[in-house]
Amino acid sequence: MSIRDIFRKNQKKRYATIPTEKAKNDVPEGIMMKCPECRKNVFTKDLMKNLKVCPTCDHHMKMTAWERVDIFLDEDSFVSMDDHLETVNPLNFPSYTEKIKADGQKTGLNEAVLTGIGKLDGQQVAIAIMDSHFRMGSMGSVVGEKITRAVEKATELGIPFIIYTASGGARMQEGVLSLMQMAKTSVALRRHSDHGLLYISILTHPTTGGVSASFASVGDINIAEPKALIGFAGRRVIEQTVREKLPEDFQTAEFLMNHGQLDAIIHRKEMREKVASIVHLHTTKEVTK
Amino acid sequence: MIKVLPFEEPIVQLKTKIEELKEYTASADVDMSAEIIHLEARLKKLEHEIYENMEPWDRVQVARHPSRPTTRDYIQLLCTDFMELHGDRLYGDDAAIIGGIALFEGRPITIIGHQRGIDTKENIKRNFGMPHPEGYRKALRLMKQAEKFKRPIICMIDTKGAYPGKAAEERGQSEAIARNLVEMAGLKVPVISIVIGEGGSGGALALGVANHIHMLENSTYSVISPEGAASILWKDASLAKQAAEAMKITAPDLKKMEIIDTVIQEVHGGAHKNIEAQAEYMKETLINSLIELEKLTPDELIENRYIKFKNIGEFNE
Repeated sequence: MSIRDIFRKNQKKRYATIPTEKAKNDVPEGIMMKCPECRKNVFTKDLMKNLKVCPTCDHHMKMTAWERVDIFLDEDSFVSMDDHLETVNPLNFPSYTEKIKADGQKTGLNEAVLTGIGKLDGQQVAIAIMDSHFRMGSMGSVVGEKITRAVEKATELGIPFIIYTASGGARMQEGVLSLMQMAKTSVALRRHSDHGLLYISILTHPTTGGVSASFASVGDINIAEPKALIGFAGRRVIEQTVREKLPEDFQTAEFLMNHGQLDAIIHRKEMREKVASIVHLHTTKEVTK
Repeated sequence: MIKVLPFEEPIVQLKTKIEELKEYTASADVDMSAEIIHLEARLKKLEHEIYENMEPWDRVQVARHPSRPTTRDYIQLLCTDFMELHGDRLYGDDAAIIGGIALFEGRPITIIGHQRGIDTKENIKRNFGMPHPEGYRKALRLMKQAEKFKRPIICMIDTKGAYPGKAAEERGQSEAIARNLVEMAGLKVPVISIVIGEGGSGGALALGVANHIHMLENSTYSVISPEGAASILWKDASLAKQAAEAMKITAPDLKKMEIIDTVIQEVHGGAHKNIEAQAEYMKETLINSLIELEKLTPDELIENRYIKFKNIGEFNE
């Protein structure tokens, strides 16, 4: 190629750099993130400012438990509980303990739920936040115990209990013990309710199986994030059983709303304010002039 | 003809042999009675060996036996004056759960249970004992009714699980189960649950938040079927036999884990071999449970249930 060629108009491109398959899909670690819904790249910094909601399609991405603490509760008000509880391997499943350890290191949590006491617009609440990054948020003995203790603490202090659910259901590796956690959390919630206390369940993506069929569905007020997957049985299982195509929006928050299963669907940006307002509505007692 | 399970085949073979010899002795002049006596002794020993050492997978087979007695069979044998009550007052009447009022040992009780069919036609009507939300809501309605009239509640658990269907999801399968758990926790009357066949996951637990939980010796109670566990954990449903062992789902396993109160003895080979005798075993356990629980006040009953479930779970503190 001569120097002159460079300035020639309408020249045909003779060569091009072809990125490798890997480079095509690679987004520099940490700087950008891809929305799993609309596949658009977003700067991580912008995404965090936008509460992990995609600026293009409004998709609510998964959040870690600590991220939710940051955006939902009053600053520095949260004190966690029962971080010392340790999962054991009651049925001796191979590599179960190792998987728990790995997820613990990845998330900085001792199990798939973070519990504690915090303040919401100045009001004291007990809170449990499930984290689907830890074993799909599945419920074993420790998850059941932590939630139960958080509910008991709420009952003892006479304060509302709020839960953010995100779970694939019961933890298979703990067998029937994990099933019984559904009953355990329920007896604790019953006592909390008998004390006339408020329980708000906030269902996030995904809330299915044993978690959906226990505490997640029995809030005095049930709220969901937009488009969250919520259901009892898995979509594939149902399709195989009934042998018919299921509607596109099947088991989404909007589907549940249409079928009378939810009180409200609330955008993540408005969640803190709206839930704080609900809590206020349950504590203000006297008519003021 | 009652279906023969693989693990009992040696017994059946020996039995046929004895029958043959008996026939031969009767028809021909040859006297084989010494031989017969010898074989019968061996049969007794073999039965003892096989039925006393059942593997988890054998128990799963017995729990699923097509002739295994159902809730209705036990109601007929244990109770008098049973009046079945229908419907959830909200949507429909789910035939996969039956319930009503009856007399048990002269005492009015409410009795509720999952109901399988005995043949294909009935199974279609009863959805193979897999309830929809209206089934659980009917059960809850009957429990609340029992509470009002201070009747103890007996629940029989026998389901593969709550039905995974489109209509079930639309009508709130999750909520129906969850509601039962929370409401059962607060019942002011004694609640006794007996697992009589398969106790499958949340669909079983929705009748299981009881003061006393008993299991028939060859019944199972689990978070997922052995086939489901095998396909999730090892991506191979044919490993169900291994999963049945690993998941600890049999009555003796649950007793060891202190989740249930009593393992109710079964007649040799399973409840279907002698339903009347099985009902008698069950009756004894039920009477003991009722006597014990009727001493408690309503508050104590709720407290008792609270402590029972609060203590289930294994972890390091």
